[in-house]
Amino acid sequence: MKSFNKLSGIVASLPQLNIDTDAIIPKQFLKTIERTGLGKHLFHEKRYSKENNLNENFVLNQEPWNKSKFIVAGDNFGCGSSREHAPWALLDFGISCIISTSFADIFYNNCFKNGVLPVILDEKNVIEISKLADEGIEISIDLEEQQIIAQNKIYKFDIDPYRKHCLLNGLDDIGITLENENKINSYEDKLSNKKWYVPEKI
Amino acid sequence: MKRTLFDKIWEQHVVNERQDGSSLIYIDRHLVHEVTSPQAFEGLRNSKRFLRRPDLTLAVADHNVPTENRVEGIKDDVARIQVETLEKNVKEFQVPYIPLMDSRQGIVHVIGPEQGFTLPGCTLVCGDSHTSTHGAFGALAFGIGTSEVEHVFATQTLVQKRPKTMLINVSGKLSVGVTAKDIALGIIKKLGTSGGTGFVLEYAGEAISNLSIEGRMTLCNMSIEAGARAGLVAPDNKTYEYIKNRPMSPKGDSFEKALAEWMLLPSDEGASYDEIVKIDATSLEPHLTWGTSPEDVLPINSQVPDPKNIEKETLKNAMQDSLDYMGLKPGSLLTDIKIDKVFIGSCTNSRIEDLREAASIAKGKKVNDSVHAMVVPGSGLIKEQAEKEGIADILIQAGFDWREPGCSMCLGMNPDQLKPKERCASTSNRNFRGRQGRDGRTHLVSPGMAAAAAIAGHFVDVRNFN
Repeated sequence: MKSFNKLSGIVASLPQLNIDTDAIIPKQFLKTIERTGLGKHLFHEKRYSKENNLNENFVLNQEPWNKSKFIVAGDNFGCGSSREHAPWALLDFGISCIISTSFADIFYNNCFKNGVLPVILDEKNVIEISKLADEGIEISIDLEEQQIIAQNKIYKFDIDPYRKHCLLNGLDDIGITLENENKINSYEDKLSNKKWYVPEKI
Repeated sequence: MKRTLFDKIWEQHVVNERQDGSSLIYIDRHLVHEVTSPQAFEGLRNSKRFLRRPDLTLAVADHNVPTENRVEGIKDDVARIQVETLEKNVKEFQVPYIPLMDSRQGIVHVIGPEQGFTLPGCTLVCGDSHTSTHGAFGALAFGIGTSEVEHVFATQTLVQKRPKTMLINVSGKLSVGVTAKDIALGIIKKLGTSGGTGFVLEYAGEAISNLSIEGRMTLCNMSIEAGARAGLVAPDNKTYEYIKNRPMSPKGDSFEKALAEWMLLPSDEGASYDEIVKIDATSLEPHLTWGTSPEDVLPINSQVPDPKNIEKETLKNAMQDSLDYMGLKPGSLLTDIKIDKVFIGSCTNSRIEDLREAASIAKGKKVNDSVHAMVVPGSGLIKEQAEKEGIADILIQAGFDWREPGCSMCLGMNPDQLKPKERCASTSNRNFRGRQGRDGRTHLVSPGMAAAAAIAGHFVDVRNFN
């Protein structure tokens, strides 16, 4: 996984509530067997007309937001389907930090597995950053310091220390878990006397 | 110390407590489908890791599969390649697999319980948010992303932060015509789509005990629509009866030993929860969504809400956007909304009980000329049973389109989709914009309400329908 430490750039404001993962990446693009190449389909139904023309009214199609590195969004961002295609599409577009008042659980988890940082701020701060976003003002984030800097104002945020550590170092979760393989082995040893535990073959 | 059902399952599955407060928990059952697994198998291959416990894994293709003319194969090349990739992967990693043309094929959350793969007290995951369905058996079941699918493949564990617990007590009896779907929609109305975020829900109370296993699956299925990754119902005699003699469930002496452990699972009396929510089942009515989020829901005899009555700007705008998308006027009656399509199916409502409910409404009647109504059973075995019971005949004679099993129009990954502005009474779980087809308009309802709407051509109160 790519590490995440500091990032500066343009912010796109998507103030709608409950932006779901179906909206982030619609079903027809889930048929891929790859992780890459989804950026052009990010928010597909908002970005393209039925005839597949670019919708110039949508923020991610406009200068300078077509180069956004951040999204600032309404409550409960990423709700619905567990599709990890959502963070893959964001990342492929160039967005690796999302700021909102709240995130849906599965999406929130999926972000951290892909070097995307979801940041939770309170509503007042989200609205402030959203206004700056609309003016096309660049912001910066420093994960180590747990702060966003926007127009000389500092917004502090909380993050789980383990997740922070993994993001900063781009660590592979599976590798870390397998360092404890002996514990998994002994857990399984205890199960071995429960014959009912393993499903019958079909 | 008095413990909840959740506490008991969680504590039994901790492999390692980590310094940061998260835990490595063991995963007993892993369900796999074609859409969220290819990149995980590829990850294993690239890192030269092996799949640790294929014997605790079960795979099936469901999202992409056609629901008609299946013998002709999958016509969409990209979808076909995805299903073929699953077939190649299960062979390479020796994962038990139910093939597309097998009568046991079906929606992953329908076939898990049907095959006896899902057991009380187990931890069960799948790369699909509706994995919460399996909580109906008292299993801690939740959806995961593809990276976590790979993590389970390689380690049979997941790193998890202990969630909070919420007891949802549904007291009293449901009225005739009010179903598990209406309990689910009523709860989402109360909690909102993020009210359950960070929680595991435990459903209890008279109305829940009275639900069939199928009804409990419908209810737990929609926990994720309230933001909760998992919902639980304590196992009881109905649960054990359902599991007994299923192909993959324990047999004979093994079953008895398992049963002795399962019976210890229900929450201790007086165990404490982080939050408690009370719902009165006697006051619940058939529900219907009017907007583009499952929380946009009202009892059937209501009017379309008016954004003018909403104070907060963001909520007012959200409501106006939803109504514009749905093509609805504030103040109009929900029962005046005309429909074009009906979809009876999905992991929420495609089991035998759901089809019986639809058939009991449709018996001797005809689907309205202006409506195309499809029924997509949750599995091949359910389809066979419905055909044996005469339910299929009732529905076919009434003019319903009787299909092959799969996820179908719940998310429209296969050709079953709404056209722009088509309005659908759907027994599925999500009324998101574009979910069932670009610019399609979805209203979530129970199977009985969907069948009644198919016949009337508009929404009706199923309680007064004959």
